[in-house]
Amino acid sequence: MTETFYEVMRRQGITRRSFLKFCSLTAASLGLGPTFAPQIAHAMETKPRIPVLWLHGLECTCCSESFIRSAHPLAKDVILSMISLDYDDTIMAAAGQQAEAIIEETIEKYDGNYILACEGNPPLNQEGMSCIIGGRPYLEQLKHAADHCKAIISWGSCASWGCVQAARPNPTQATPIHKVPGLAPKPIIKVPGCPPIAEVMTAVITYILTFERFPELDRQGRPKMFYSQRIHDKCYRRPHFDAGQFVEHFDDEGARKGYCLYKVGCKGPTTYNACSTVRWTGGLSFPIQSGHGCFGCSEDGFWDKGSFYDRLTDIHGFGIEADADKIGGTAAAVVGVAAAAHAGVSAIKRARQKGGEN
Amino acid sequence: MSADVASSHSEEAVYVYQAPVRLWHWANAGSILVLAITGYFIGSPPPAVGGEASASFLFGWIRYLHFAAAYILIIGFVFRVYWAFVGNTHARQIFLPPVWRGSFWKELFHELTWYAMIAKEPLKYSGHNPLATLTMHVMFVWGIVFMICTGLALYGEGAGMGSWQYDLFSSWIIPLFGQSQDVHSWHHLGMWLIVCFAIVHIYAAVREDIMSRQSIMSSMFSGWRTFRDGRPADDGH
Repeated sequence: MTETFYEVMRRQGITRRSFLKFCSLTAASLGLGPTFAPQIAHAMETKPRIPVLWLHGLECTCCSESFIRSAHPLAKDVILSMISLDYDDTIMAAAGQQAEAIIEETIEKYDGNYILACEGNPPLNQEGMSCIIGGRPYLEQLKHAADHCKAIISWGSCASWGCVQAARPNPTQATPIHKVPGLAPKPIIKVPGCPPIAEVMTAVITYILTFERFPELDRQGRPKMFYSQRIHDKCYRRPHFDAGQFVEHFDDEGARKGYCLYKVGCKGPTTYNACSTVRWTGGLSFPIQSGHGCFGCSEDGFWDKGSFYDRLTDIHGFGIEADADKIGGTAAAVVGVAAAAHAGVSAIKRARQKGGEN
Repeated sequence: MSADVASSHSEEAVYVYQAPVRLWHWANAGSILVLAITGYFIGSPPPAVGGEASASFLFGWIRYLHFAAAYILIIGFVFRVYWAFVGNTHARQIFLPPVWRGSFWKELFHELTWYAMIAKEPLKYSGHNPLATLTMHVMFVWGIVFMICTGLALYGEGAGMGSWQYDLFSSWIIPLFGQSQDVHSWHHLGMWLIVCFAIVHIYAAVREDIMSRQSIMSSMFSGWRTFRDGRPADDGH
């Protein structure tokens, strides 16, 4: 039988005290009450580790990079021991044939019981030839692994929405996991972000292991506990927003004083993520705190919404790229000028008629 | 279009806009003005104010005015829809343009020729002419419905999950448009649609008041439509 999390942790030299601290921290980061800490501890002591296949499609590995930097749920050793990460080509020791063989082994051994964690997405054009893993298109590997898994985690914006490789014009037709045609209908949890916050990733896994189900998801399949509020709602610069104190340029007095970055294109008001509460690098900082606006990396299609430094979306289909203000302002000006011209002509016509009547 | 002036039809004034409709019209116009101005500033904020953040609440006030005016507009619109059911026939005209009638399109074409300065004189209506009816229906009624829905969806984002605005609007409208920023952009475009409508609406009202065969501007104050000639109206009222 597979070892429990607790056994693995103890074997790795983690004290019971550290283990319990980890359980309460995890309970807190999941938004659960203190009474849940013993539940998490109990689950970790008794449940076998759930095998995870971590597959990489078109991606940049920023999700993995973020994941291994998780600070609370402890360090990378612990979290990598909690799950039985059977396959992850980036961080596994095995390589080549040996590594690829593990996928088949896991699929056979844990048929219907493992979690499929997808980092990146498959390109559909040219039968998936733009992403080859071990000599076969990633698309095939993904479908095969999805057929036998219990559930799918879509790590990051690539797997959740498409991200940069799916940005216009998307030549390889990179497609997010939930839109891949012919994929087995397994439950999918999206953890968007480029990358997602490390603690969010580990917390999602912890929740799934502890309760053997997904946390509550919103309509778009994201865990509510981390994606139910906008960056803006919990931003520490919000008082400057309400006061009307904005950074106008990145080198002005407002920027030095830490004013709101709304006017230099901060996407905080339209981005659902936990950056302003959980923050990054062990709670050290997050983009807005470092003086740069949020550019909405966890939102669908954020590459295609125009400049990162502008709050209005570019609207395509007008020949040139234009935003709502340019299109609307032009339309209003045209209507205004037309009305004025029409009024002029009407006045002349009326004057002529009156002239005729006299 | 009967030239039968000798018929018994000899009205000079018709009561068209009932008091609640007039009251709604002006409250609605006022809130649209406030909404457009504050909305524009929410999209493109005025220059930053100095001092301590705790000392001012400028942007907060702009947003507050926007939300307050929005609620006045929404409640007014809901009332206006209710009044379309219980009010007089004129009260439901902009909600139900008779597009299934051939005469509607024929008269609409005539109205277009009048605006193109081809027709010598317009037809005479106690209610709205067909062109006005259609413009108000498409640009105003559906424009406002669009703005109310997208507006409440955006408001629901701030009100948060569990609020009725979020559950009824944000939860499905935001995924429908793609993401929050798209809803913002479309809400912005909707504002410009309403601005275009307002320009056309005010211009047409002034022009018709001067050049048509019935009163326009004063009717929205008094409720009464007066006529400039004794011939019967073309919409049979």
